[in-house]
Amino acid sequence: MIKDYFNSSYAKIREINKKYKTPNIEMSKWVKVSLLLLRLYLFTLIGLSIYKFITLLK
Amino acid sequence: MNIFTRLYYRYRRMSKAMRLFLLAAGPGIIVMVADNDAGGITTYTVTGAKYGMHLLWFLILLGPVAYYVQEMTVRLGAVTKRGHAEAIFSAFGRFWGWFSLMDLVLTDWLTMITEFIGMTAALSIFNIPPIVTVVICWIIMGAMISTGRYWTWEKIALFFCGLNLIYIPAAFMVHPSVKDIAFNSVVPHFPPGGFTNELFFLLMANIGTTIAPWMLFFQQSSVVDKGLHEKDIKFGKIDTAIGSVLTVVVAMVLIIVCGILLYGVPVDDAAVAARQIMPQSSIIGTLIAIGLFDAGLLGAICISLASSWAFGEVFGWAHSLNAKVREAPWFYAYYVFDLLLAGTVVLIPGAPLVLITLFVQVIATTLLPAALVFLILLLNDKKTMGEYVNTRWQNIVNIGIVAVIIVLSTLYGVSTLFPDMFK
Repeated sequence: MIKDYFNSSYAKIREINKKYKTPNIEMSKWVKVSLLLLRLYLFTLIGLSIYKFITLLK
Repeated sequence: MNIFTRLYYRYRRMSKAMRLFLLAAGPGIIVMVADNDAGGITTYTVTGAKYGMHLLWFLILLGPVAYYVQEMTVRLGAVTKRGHAEAIFSAFGRFWGWFSLMDLVLTDWLTMITEFIGMTAALSIFNIPPIVTVVICWIIMGAMISTGRYWTWEKIALFFCGLNLIYIPAAFMVHPSVKDIAFNSVVPHFPPGGFTNELFFLLMANIGTTIAPWMLFFQQSSVVDKGLHEKDIKFGKIDTAIGSVLTVVVAMVLIIVCGILLYGVPVDDAAVAARQIMPQSSIIGTLIAIGLFDAGLLGAICISLASSWAFGEVFGWAHSLNAKVREAPWFYAYYVFDLLLAGTVVLIPGAPLVLITLFVQVIATTLLPAALVFLILLLNDKKTMGEYVNTRWQNIVNIGIVAVIIVLSTLYGVSTLFPDMFK
């Protein structure tokens, strides 16, 4: 039963990934730059959080 | 047409507009009042106790900020008929979609825990044990959704919004100086001691309680579930504006009460504030405790729904409060699961509640800029929004607000992680 649940969940996630594979928004220069900056921002913040976590463990 | 006929037609027109408004109203008021959740109430009591009424002007500034951000979700929901999570998946693809959904779920769950912390602390003032409080909350929140009607849920939620105004009588009871309130509300200034790190941290905490990621997801999904259309946008905007006024009024009232009764007294949270006020005025202390419980309850109701709606939209489950439990089992199951899990964590002896509160701030900081950027981009997508796309003026205001919020919330998140950085 648990196996079935995980199998169906996995299938559902694959279906969602397929459905939303391509972004629908018009990828103008302004949108591309915004998403790039957002990625950089998040990587920096996540990097800082991981650094904090490691220093806390030490 | 004589004057009486004209007046009659004007009355009929106003009456019709009012009826339409009352039909469309709800999501904006609920989300804005729920914004003053347990964490928000704590922030306002600490602000009042620490700086008196000196920051009232800042709270007033936050009202339009909240309105402009939330108003965009009304337009987006009414035009696309999609919740925020689905809109992000559809517009930006699976990477940003999953990122937003997972971040929202985690932030919401952690925030829910802080709501339960607030509720249990509030009722502990009346010697009600935490387990009883948690069970009461579970029953209320379960009963609210069990009717399978959005309208019933909304009416009950609006009742709790009304209860949030319980602080207003308290403000009259402390007999504040109208002159002081007027001065501190209108003239921007820093409190005695100038601009310190502590003040900066508190200002950012106030911003953090005014704009939260779950609010965007909640209001848009709520607009869709309520069935608002493009023609209802103007009513949705009025609804949001009224809500933003109410949220600022509640915040101001709490700051006034605590600024008068607890000025200079070290206060960590709203429950402590209520206890400390009790010897001076048991009525005001009681009002603050009841208000804190109500704030936590309202916050928990909205936050858990925001997550359930988001999951329902993405996974394709039936996800409407108009559906009976058997018609939308996964939607309600997730809602109940979220409530049970958050409530249970608070009951675990020695649970790291302070760490959880800190985590909420950091994780919300990661989601907020992303959510706001997506919102601005979506509202500028002509293909999605058609004639309801952001105007030049709306873009100037909204991009300005979003830029400031991103900078401040980042500083807030970083200062939470590294408290010594800004000393």
